[in-house]
This record gives sequence, C-alpha cells and structure tokens, in this order.
Amino acid sequence: MLEQFLTLDYLIAFLISVIRMSTPLIFCALGALIASHAGTINMALEGIMLMASLIAVVFSALTQSVIGGIAGALLGGLIISLLFVYLHLYKQSDLIITGLALNTFASGGTVYLLFLLTGDKGTSRLLQSLSVPNWHIPIIKDIPILGKILSGHNALTYIAFIAVFLTYILVFRSRLGLRIRAVGFNPNAAASVGISVKKIKLQAFLLSGLFASLGGAFMSMGYLSYFARDMMAGRGYIGIAATTLANGQSFGTLLASLGFGAANAASITLATLNLKADLVAMIPYLATVIGLVIVSARKLAKARKKGQVTD
Amino acid sequence: MEEQILLMDNITVIYPNGFAANKNVRLACNRGSIHALLGENGAGKTTLMKVLFGSITPTEGQIYLKGKPIQFRDSLDAIQHGVGMVHQHFMLVDELTVAENLVLGMEPKKRGLFDFDAAVKITDEIAKKYNFEIDARAIVGDCSVAVKQKLEILKALLRGAEILILDEPTAVLTPQEISELFVELKKLRDMNHTIVFISHKLNEVKSLCDSFTILRNGQVVDVGRIDDFTEQELSNLMVGRQVSFEISKDAPKSEGRELLRVQNLHYTNYEGKQLLKDVSFSLTDGRILGVAGVEGNGQNELSEIITGLRRFSKGDITIDGSSIKNRTVRQIRRLGVGSISEDRMTYGCAPNMSVRDNIIADRYFTGKYSKGIRLDIKAIQKDTNALIKQFDVACPSPDSMAGMLSGGNIQKIIAAREFSSDSKIIIANQPTRGIDVGSSEFIHSQLIKMTREKGASVLLISADLNELIKLSDSIIVMYNGEITAYFEDASKVTDVELGEYMLGVKKMSTEEIGRALQQ
Repeated sequence: MLEQFLTLDYLIAFLISVIRMSTPLIFCALGALIASHAGTINMALEGIMLMASLIAVVFSALTQSVIGGIAGALLGGLIISLLFVYLHLYKQSDLIITGLALNTFASGGTVYLLFLLTGDKGTSRLLQSLSVPNWHIPIIKDIPILGKILSGHNALTYIAFIAVFLTYILVFRSRLGLRIRAVGFNPNAAASVGISVKKIKLQAFLLSGLFASLGGAFMSMGYLSYFARDMMAGRGYIGIAATTLANGQSFGTLLASLGFGAANAASITLATLNLKADLVAMIPYLATVIGLVIVSARKLAKARKKGQVTD
Repeated sequence: MEEQILLMDNITVIYPNGFAANKNVRLACNRGSIHALLGENGAGKTTLMKVLFGSITPTEGQIYLKGKPIQFRDSLDAIQHGVGMVHQHFMLVDELTVAENLVLGMEPKKRGLFDFDAAVKITDEIAKKYNFEIDARAIVGDCSVAVKQKLEILKALLRGAEILILDEPTAVLTPQEISELFVELKKLRDMNHTIVFISHKLNEVKSLCDSFTILRNGQVVDVGRIDDFTEQELSNLMVGRQVSFEISKDAPKSEGRELLRVQNLHYTNYEGKQLLKDVSFSLTDGRILGVAGVEGNGQNELSEIITGLRRFSKGDITIDGSSIKNRTVRQIRRLGVGSISEDRMTYGCAPNMSVRDNIIADRYFTGKYSKGIRLDIKAIQKDTNALIKQFDVACPSPDSMAGMLSGGNIQKIIAAREFSSDSKIIIANQPTRGIDVGSSEFIHSQLIKMTREKGASVLLISADLNELIKLSDSIIVMYNGEITAYFEDASKVTDVELGEYMLGVKKMSTEEIGRALQQ
C-alpha cells in the first residue's frame, strides 16, 4: 500500500498539491505579518478571507470577468477590515473579541448572503462564476519534472510568491514600513515625532486585509470554482501561526506557510487511503499546534539553559 | 536688550478634583540662555510643561512665543514652532538604528523607498554641525543612555528646535557624561539656542545655568540669576525650609556576622548575553553596601537574582548561611530578604489594590492573619493601621488604591511592608528615585535605622551618587556585569572617582576587588 506513495508521479503530485495548498496560507500569513510589525494581531483574517471569497464569486458572476472577481474579493475583505478597524481602533473594542466576533459574523453573514442570492445555504454552484486561469511559465514548463511541479499553477499562486517580495520591500524598505515598525516597537516614540499611531495601524490593518483577501479569492476562484460555507476552515488562524513561527520575517513566513501547506496536502493525499477521514483532516491543525509548541519549547529550553526564570 | 523668546504668563491650572497644580506661574526665558526650572517632585514643573505643550489647557494664563500669544495643540505643534522637548523617558525605537530614529516621520526618499544612506548622511551632518559624536548606523538599543540622550537632542534640533526643554537630563548619567553634556549644551547656547533645564540637582544647575525659576507647591517662589545665589539658598527656597545635605549616621555596629554572600555569580540571559560575570562580595550585619554603576550594567539583574525573580547560571548566593539556589521567592523572603524594587509599580506594589492589601502582601498567609481559609480582617486592620501611621503614609483611607497615591507615598507603603517583616537583609534598588525630598529623607533614615538599630544589612543600588556615598559604609562599582572597584570606606570616595570606574575607564586589580568578599 505504501509503495504507491513512493513513486515519482505521486511525489510530483504531492509537491504540486503543497504549492496549491500553500497559496491561501501565504497570502494570509503575509497579511498577518504586516499587522504583527505594527505591534498588533489581525484577528479578523479568517472572516476577511471568507467574505472575500464569497464576494469574489458574486462579482465574477455579475461582471463575467476575472478581474471583477478579484476586485470583489478585495472589496469583500475591505468590508470586514473596515469594520474591524472602526471597532478596534476608533471605538477601542478589544482586539481578540472583535476579531472573533467578526469571524463569526462573516461565517453567518456569508451563508445569509449566499441564501439571499442563490437560495442555497451550502455552495454558490448555482452562480455562473469564473475561475482565475492557470499560468504556464515559458521555458520552465519544458523542464522535465521541475516544469510539472512549478508550472501550470493558478495565477494567484504566482502572485502569492511575488507578494512575499512585495511585503518584504513594503515592511523593511519603504517609508511606510519604517513607520509601521516604529509604531509596532514603540508607539510613544513614533507619536513623539508626529506619526499618527492610529493612522499607521489603520493602514497596516487594511493592507493586511487586502493581502488576505487575495487568499480568499484563491479559495473560491482557484482552489474550488465556487464558494462553500466556512471554506476557510481555520486558514486565517494558521496564517497567523505561520508568521509567529517565522518571527515576522518575510521569507521565513513563506517557508512556514509552505510547511503548513504540506500538512494540508498530506491530509488530502492520505485521505485517499483507507484511513479515518476525520483523523486525517486533523493533520494541518495538529501541525500548527506542534509547530507553535516546538518554537516555544525551544525558546523555553534555551531560557532554562541560560538560567532565566521560566515560570 | 535681551530678547525674551518664551513667556508663560500668569499660568493657573486647577485639576477637576480641585487641586491647583500651578498658581499664577510666570516663566520667562531669554534667547541664548540656559534657564533652570527648579522644584521638588510634585512642585508643578511637569504640569507647567504639559501646559506649554498643549496637553493641558490652563484654567488661566497665556503663553507668548517671541512676543506673540500662542497655544500649541500638542508637542508636534510645539516642534513646528521651534520648541523641542527631551523627555526623561526616551522616545526612541530601540530596535531601529540611530539614523532611522533621527529621521522618523520625515524620512528621506529615493525612488519611492526609504533612503537609509541619505538618513545616515543627514545624521552625520547634523552631528557635525553641533559637535556631537554619534554612530548613525548603531542600533539604538545597543547605545548607552548618554548616546540615546544625544540622539533625542539631535532629533529636536533636526526638527528646527530653537528652545530645548530638558527634563532632568542628568538623572541617568555619570559625572563624566554629565560634563560632556554640559559642554554640548553650552555650545548650543552659544549658537543662540535657548535651553530650559529642569532639575533639582543644584550643583549642576550652578555650573550650567544662567538664570532660574523656582516652583514650590505650584507657585513661583523666586526667579533670578544663578550667580546671585548659593546652592544652600536655592535649596532652601526649593524645599521651603532648611535642608541638611548631610545624612547623619553612626559608625556601623557590626558583629561580623555574614548575612549575604555572593560568590562567583554568573548570569547569562535568554538571548545569550552574559550580564553578570564572576561577581563576588559579602555583606555583614549592620552595614550598608552601596552598588554604583550606570544603569544596565547588571545591578537590576543582581537584585532580581538575590530576591529570587531570576535564576543565576553559576556560583552561589547565601543568606545568613543558607543557599538560595532553587528556592522560590517566598522561601527566600522567609530567609529574611526584604526588597525595594526599582520598578515600583510592577514589583513594588499592586497599584489596583488597597494600601492595606499591599502592606500585608508578604504575610497574609501566615498564622497571624489567616485562620483556615479565611483572613483575620481584624488583625490585619489593626496591624496595617499601625504601620500606615508609623511609616507616615498619606492616604485618604487604608482602603484607597495604592496606585492613586504619589510616588513618595507608594514608596512608604513598600517601606512599611519591607521594613516591618524582620528582614535580615534589604535589597534597596533605587529606593528614592523620583520621590520628593521629604519622602527620600524618610526612606534614608529608615535604611539607617534598619542597620544601626536592628542589625540588618542593606544592599543599596542607586544611580544617585550623592545618596550612595552618604548612606553606604562600603561601595562596589559595577561595569558591564563585573565588579570593577571596591571601596572599603565609602566616606573617602568622590563621585568623580566612582564615575571613572562606572564608565570602565579604570578597573581595580583582582586582589583589590577580591576584598569585597570576606574570606
């Protein structure tokens, strides 16, 4: 039974799946990264992605254009982001509670909207929505094996990888990034030179939401060709975990996202075996918990060795 | 005729609770001069500065800048009008470089991105212009306090400050760094900048400032030229009564019993940085051992290790013969260690709890105060009321929240707890920082009483070298996590001498330092 997994074809299929499964996580983790450098956590990422994926489908069906769908995703994500920013930054509501509330709101709200539009509470298959096309990369696609793995993915997958560079430049090389980090490290210092902490956080949250929205668009216009209720399945939180694991570094965040993507892919591959489906579906979440435990255990061990108080 | 650049006229601030923090205060500064704003903690200096920066709207009064009436919205507005402030707590981002901190908010740009090289160039240029030495590429967190302060001054100057307000800038510096700062400030004055120097250290004011305004209880008690007054006169005006600069204490009556022994202590923190290197000293009963050092040279770690808040890596510490290795904070306290933490609001007291609860925090679980699962409220009330009286804590009621009280009164609460628990050794870390003269005197007398009358030992860590020299029997100096000097007789040391060891310019021989540890 196991030998069928050790063939080259299976390995290639698995790696393709890793890249595919990582795409929404990369977008979301980059969103989480931007917020983390502003010294905060974008707890609403799950809801932002969910709303984005629904509005993407609706807009692509209405406009019959892929670009329209992407614009819809950004708009959908923006709606939740703005609500979050308004409540948290301007009404000083609690970060965690507001995030969780909005995620719950998005979960119910998307089903409600879906029902209003299609009469279906489960999926948007009744809508004639489009998918983002796959890209075949010239030259690379002709390389044996590697071409198969790296070429022919959804356009958003490539954009996700490009987005890693973009966030790196945004956070570590731009003026806005410097201000975001200043606000994150020491808001008082930033405020003392006339930087509005609120405005910088607002920009960070909105950028964070926009990146995550693209992950939402991928889910309903790439990974699947329709919206399904609660289709994020915790990816918003896994994205936050990925950035935490990478300590806010852009390329580390990419690696961590790929790691969680691999866990996702493994759970799908193993599901084809006669294993308990529920158990296998648990793998990505288990991987998240284990990843976070390992990182914090290593920190703790280091601290113990150095004789620092650990309790 | 000298130009009056800043005038705060007839400023009155009455807080909503009816407390008048400023009463008809007038502060006038001439261009190209250094003006001292003197006063004890709580005299109204901070309120006056908040008025200047627009964070408080005065009940009455008007501010004039270069003769024109003005009202700043906030410190940013003030900066735009050429008034800059260097806070006591630096407004710097430790994780960024000097250059990045300097240009933050007005970053140079190249092709849409932040231009770090240009920021370095800007830093070098302004540092050269004002004759400041600073490494533009250094990470601020790695810089010394003195460098951070220079950076804060440069930040204000870069933004066009003509008037610089320095809030107790020397509190954190060594004598050598202070004289360097004064040279730089005098140069700024000669370049026609105006400086308002907030302080209560009169010897510094004497050597630096041209004129002064003294506040007491929210009112101006005197203004004048510094040269016309002696330190003693200024001090009497500031406090409103005759103050003695001398702390009277008897010779230590030691039986030679070793209460604290720290031997070959090493401590490496979580990031792998070694913060204490082979620290050894001992302290016998009835004596006060002072620890001098620029902040961040291992003193806080030392005090936190002795009180059990951190674990040490190597070496040993014994309290009256028992090792504290692997003991919890409560066990160490039971061995007879009392602690006045440097961080009053975090380790010293629970700000949201009552004065009474704070006083019994270290003993509520003992048989005297707890009967089974319930507390004996009557016994607690009786004893805490007595302590509040004995330690002169000014609070509306024993049930008032500790955090509502002034720094001096909070410190008295802590003293009431730590000095009443029969401690054999008190770790006093910055016990009088930021509190009024009256409370300082009280804490000083209590520390002396603990050693001279009760035979306890005190490990006194302080950045205030005057306090250190006057209170201590012996002094050790820490630099970079090591003991670099030991002075058997504290009365024969000068602050300048201490400063040389504090800055690492000089270091005693191993043998001389070794005398800190009794064999």
